[in-house]
Amino acid sequence: MIEIVETGPFNTVQDLGRPGYRDIGVSASGAMDPLAMRIGNILVGNDEGAAGIEVQTFPFSLRFDRRTVFAVTGADGDPLLDALELLPWCAYTAEAGQVLELKHPPTLARAYVSIGGGLDVPSVMGSRSTSLRGSFGGNAGRPLEKGDRIAFGNSTDLAPVPANGLAVIEPAVALREVFPDLVDGALPVRALPGGEHALFPDDGDAFWSQTWKISSRSDRTGYRLSGEPIKPTASIEMRSHGIVPGVIQVPPGGEPIVQMSDANTAGGYPKIAGVIECDLWRLGQARIGSRLRFVRSTHAEARAVEQAVARYVEDVRTTSGMVKRALRAMA
Amino acid sequence: MIATLNNHTPLREIVSAAQGRARVSSIGARSFLLEAPGEFDLAAQRRIWALSQAVGGWPDIAEIVPGMTNLLTIFQEAPQDPEAVVVRLLEAWDNARSIDLDGKTIEIPVHYGGEHAVDLPALCDIARLSDREIVRIHHEATYRVFALGSAPGFGYLHGLDPRIYMPRKTVPSLKMAKGCVTIGGMQTGVAMLTGPNGWNSIGFAELQMFDPASPKPAMMAPGDTVRFVPARIEL
Repeated sequence: MIEIVETGPFNTVQDLGRPGYRDIGVSASGAMDPLAMRIGNILVGNDEGAAGIEVQTFPFSLRFDRRTVFAVTGADGDPLLDALELLPWCAYTAEAGQVLELKHPPTLARAYVSIGGGLDVPSVMGSRSTSLRGSFGGNAGRPLEKGDRIAFGNSTDLAPVPANGLAVIEPAVALREVFPDLVDGALPVRALPGGEHALFPDDGDAFWSQTWKISSRSDRTGYRLSGEPIKPTASIEMRSHGIVPGVIQVPPGGEPIVQMSDANTAGGYPKIAGVIECDLWRLGQARIGSRLRFVRSTHAEARAVEQAVARYVEDVRTTSGMVKRALRAMA
Repeated sequence: MIATLNNHTPLREIVSAAQGRARVSSIGARSFLLEAPGEFDLAAQRRIWALSQAVGGWPDIAEIVPGMTNLLTIFQEAPQDPEAVVVRLLEAWDNARSIDLDGKTIEIPVHYGGEHAVDLPALCDIARLSDREIVRIHHEATYRVFALGSAPGFGYLHGLDPRIYMPRKTVPSLKMAKGCVTIGGMQTGVAMLTGPNGWNSIGFAELQMFDPASPKPAMMAPGDTVRFVPARIEL
């Protein structure tokens, strides 16, 4: 068991999501930074899709009731185990009774706690993710609350983790080549023109050239962007159609909405563009109030980034497996 | 939360895609939306159902989401040649014959009027009909489930009598109750979640239509026939 000692609102149990049910109106949900969740799970010896905790309001702390391996990935800032500073992106062993604490991270938005064996909440429609809109999945279909106790599985891989931890080079560093850094303080987010792009004047220039700010009316469902409103040349209402996270819709007010993990499954607003999927984790780590710019991309570039991410994940899996086997042999 | 319906201009035309030819656009790098040309009608939807069956069997598809005379296809990865995907989708559309899905008939008992029918008076004004006539027109029609979406188990129903079309609200109701029987433009449906909703409520249905624990979570499926049966009329 873990027991939630302290939590802010909207921290939830998530995994890689519940795809496959959009056709009956069910959002996929899942981690806002799925790459961090995958790496965390690999570090603790879980399947990539095991359930962990997404922490997006801090401080957060939990107590382990038995010895287990855990890792904190995603956000920057050092987690604390019984007040001892640890590294993020690093697997450690916690003893029964120890308390893990996450303070507000310096720059990023969301931290992921992965626990050996994964959180043992019921799988609903193939996933342990919390569907906040549908009030099902995860921990009773709701955010975590102080005092919640959640079982975790028995790790099949309680391999020895070195006392000083087993770390990984975080994606922002390891994948620097394919994920460009901030430009003048704005996160570059790659996107492809969407179905109604042509409705916006000057080839959507006002959309691509300005710096947008993530408004406070943003959450796991969508990011509302504030800036100079953009208006289509004609006012249309589309027939309802399926949408996916990353779609950038422009409601009549002219301030775009980027649908995120809890994206609605259907939409009708004009779509000016769509964020390429491999950039969504960076958007998931962008905080309210931070700034971003959209950069025109191509299918070829999206594919190249997807492949670089896949190589990185495979490398982490292979290397951490090798290290653990070596440690086991020495034990 | 993000309200998905706000500030809709009333009476805005629901436009069709390009006339004649279907249109394909992309959302991000691995999702493609095909929009049928022409009218918003059962004939177009039957072809979308046929297209869904064909495309759903492609080996490189992760997921398909049939919409209202359109189909979103989500591929497993960003395609090497997006133009080839567009061509494949358009060819599949050209080859799609009309099929009729073998649906079941669902009867939904409705309490017309009453506390949840907050938009019935406004509909009377727009339609220039009495509340009694509106209720009769609504429950005498037979509806087809075109597609599901927007909320778990929510069915977009086609077959609303044009006399009681009513545009979506400019300012949505902030907390419309789950179970409200609503009209949105030329469509009708039953609200599946309590929350912001721009459709217009004329009654209430008690029926449980989504159960995540069930092997078939959604009661409605595309192709089903829906009849609203007045359980109580309170005007």
